[in-house]
Amino acid sequence: MPDTKDNIITTQEVTLHMGPQHPSTHGVLHLILDLQGERIINAEADIGYLHRGTEKLAENLFYHQFVPYTDRLDYMCAMTNNLAYVQAVEKLLDIEITERAKYIRVIASELSRIAGHLLGVGAWAVDLGAMTILLYAIRDREIVLDIFESLCGARMTLSYLRVGGVRYDFTDKVKEACNNLLEVLPKRLDEYETILTGNRIWIQRNKGVGVISGEEAVALGLSGPSLRASGVKWDIRKDEPYLVYDRVDFDVPVGENGDCFDRYLVRMAEMRQSMRIIKQCLRDMPEGPFNVDIPQIVPPKKPDVYSNMEALIHHFKYVSTGFKVPKGEVYSAIEAPKGELGVYIVSDGSEKPYRLKLRVPSFMNLQTVNHMSKGRYLADIVAIVSSLDPVFGECDK
Amino acid sequence: MKNIFIPLITIIGILLSLTTVSAGLIWLERRLLALWQDRYGPNRVGPFGLFQVIADMIKIFAKEDWVPPFADRAVFILAPAIIMIAVLMSFAVIPFAPAIEVVNLDIGLLFFLAMSSLSIYSLALSGWASNSKYSLLGALRGAAQMLSYEVFMGLSLMGVVIVSGSFNMRAIVEAQRDTWFFIPQFPGFIIFFISGLAETHRLPFDLPEAENELVAGYHTEYSGIKFGMFFVGEYLGITLISALITTLFFGGWLGPVLPPVVWFLLKTLLFICVFILLRASLPRIRFDRLMSFGWKVILPLSLLNVAITGAIVLLWS
Repeated sequence: MPDTKDNIITTQEVTLHMGPQHPSTHGVLHLILDLQGERIINAEADIGYLHRGTEKLAENLFYHQFVPYTDRLDYMCAMTNNLAYVQAVEKLLDIEITERAKYIRVIASELSRIAGHLLGVGAWAVDLGAMTILLYAIRDREIVLDIFESLCGARMTLSYLRVGGVRYDFTDKVKEACNNLLEVLPKRLDEYETILTGNRIWIQRNKGVGVISGEEAVALGLSGPSLRASGVKWDIRKDEPYLVYDRVDFDVPVGENGDCFDRYLVRMAEMRQSMRIIKQCLRDMPEGPFNVDIPQIVPPKKPDVYSNMEALIHHFKYVSTGFKVPKGEVYSAIEAPKGELGVYIVSDGSEKPYRLKLRVPSFMNLQTVNHMSKGRYLADIVAIVSSLDPVFGECDK
Repeated sequence: MKNIFIPLITIIGILLSLTTVSAGLIWLERRLLALWQDRYGPNRVGPFGLFQVIADMIKIFAKEDWVPPFADRAVFILAPAIIMIAVLMSFAVIPFAPAIEVVNLDIGLLFFLAMSSLSIYSLALSGWASNSKYSLLGALRGAAQMLSYEVFMGLSLMGVVIVSGSFNMRAIVEAQRDTWFFIPQFPGFIIFFISGLAETHRLPFDLPEAENELVAGYHTEYSGIKFGMFFVGEYLGITLISALITTLFFGGWLGPVLPPVVWFLLKTLLFICVFILLRASLPRIRFDRLMSFGWKVILPLSLLNVAITGAIVLLWS
């Protein structure tokens, strides 16, 4: 029989829509995959399912009113989001916060980093089938959330930082809880490493998967642990220090191969470094005020508001009219758990920002998905997305 | 009359206790996983949460029996029935105790292998009939995985057959009076265990239904009682493989003091717990690795095992 079009079995690419409702896309990621069998020809990330117009909302809010909105960006580590925003506003105001507040902020954002990485690694493990790690990670993240609760009453959407300082003092009780965390967590991390780092299936699933070289990573705008896993030593905490990061002693873990396994190792090492930072900050934290002494920016203490006429008026003024910020524009970036979190504010001299732009790491990091997953198997894309650890509150803004 | 009555009672008794046991397994698995994962598991409904299973059953039975409009209706309904039937049929040849067995078949082992081959149809047909991409990928994976591991499973059992000199399960158990076969047939036991994991598609080999890649694989489109049949079918599969490990490698009902059937159940339960422990501790292997592991590692090993066992038995006699 001659080969005609009818009797040859032809193969053809299949387009698979992975998400936005899918167990392992970390929220509402929608990947459009072109598959040849189980091999990925092309992966396109379709985002925007969680778009809330955060940047536009900021234009209609007083500067101090925007802090709770930043909580909802990367809701796994709200402290660092708060920090990025309030730091940008403070830069625009050109004020210097108190020493104590600086230390508190460093501890808070490192705790957030631990919480974020724990959930990141846990979700990654469950995506590859090791469900126990997720539950262990959530158990240990609980310790961090308990600290947040005793620090500011909230567990997820913290709004703890404010322009000019922090909302509540860092009490001895919190200090004790932090010390407890520093004691417990290293053993727990060792436990994870025993289950994962030496596990042959875990190594097979991650080593050599989603490789990206340092140059490509920089060209595609990758940042954070994922960038450092490719061997690029770029950590804003070290290279453009803010708060007191230039005074504490810590290492920046760097990977070599730029694959998923290195991204995992970097995250594990970063948690240990975060604990080192917290330890030093707890030791060095000075006594003193935790807010700047500028009444326009900082509201009075709440108990005073109920008993003191002037404080009540002060509070009313603060809440109802906010504070003016000098004309100008500023870009300020911090090292968030997922990467470089930058805030760009244009001020026209009023109480509300004229324009606010967020440079969010999840959005930038997601650009690399196609590059990393071309020619890989369908199962690998799960590892690749998890290793980038995108959070869609942040990515879609 | 007696000739019909007694086997009928045995069949009904075994069917009832099997379905009860496999439903109980769902509870056991959830409790054990919870224990190892530092949480509670179901503990609200009834003593120790035992009635949770009943509550789940009521829920699943009461659900709308829905067939997606894009599915191939007849095949879609047929597929979950096949897995239940195939697995339950396999139990017919297993001797639970000297007196409790549905049929004493001379080719018992071959019968089991035939039945476990049949259950591949369930996966392939359900994936095809669902008319969904995830299901199709799951079915493709499932068919390839089960067909390959079928081969190794059959080969690993040949060692047992050579040593005992019979395909009859009862004869195999009787042959283990002196030493349980897991000692002379240790490689065979390991290979059978691994292929058993792959056949029941449990972690780390649960690729056909890998929830994080394929949502639920071949049964993505299933709900209600038809999903329940796949679910119970999976647990029946675990029970079957554990019962077979007990029969073929750990002396079946043999054991001191306790009655034979208790020994059988205890040993089976132990292996079921090992299955669950594996799920709690291992990540999922990737599809291409699974296939290359099978054909490049397991196949030569099982061939070697058969060859060496055969040679030793020949030299001995």
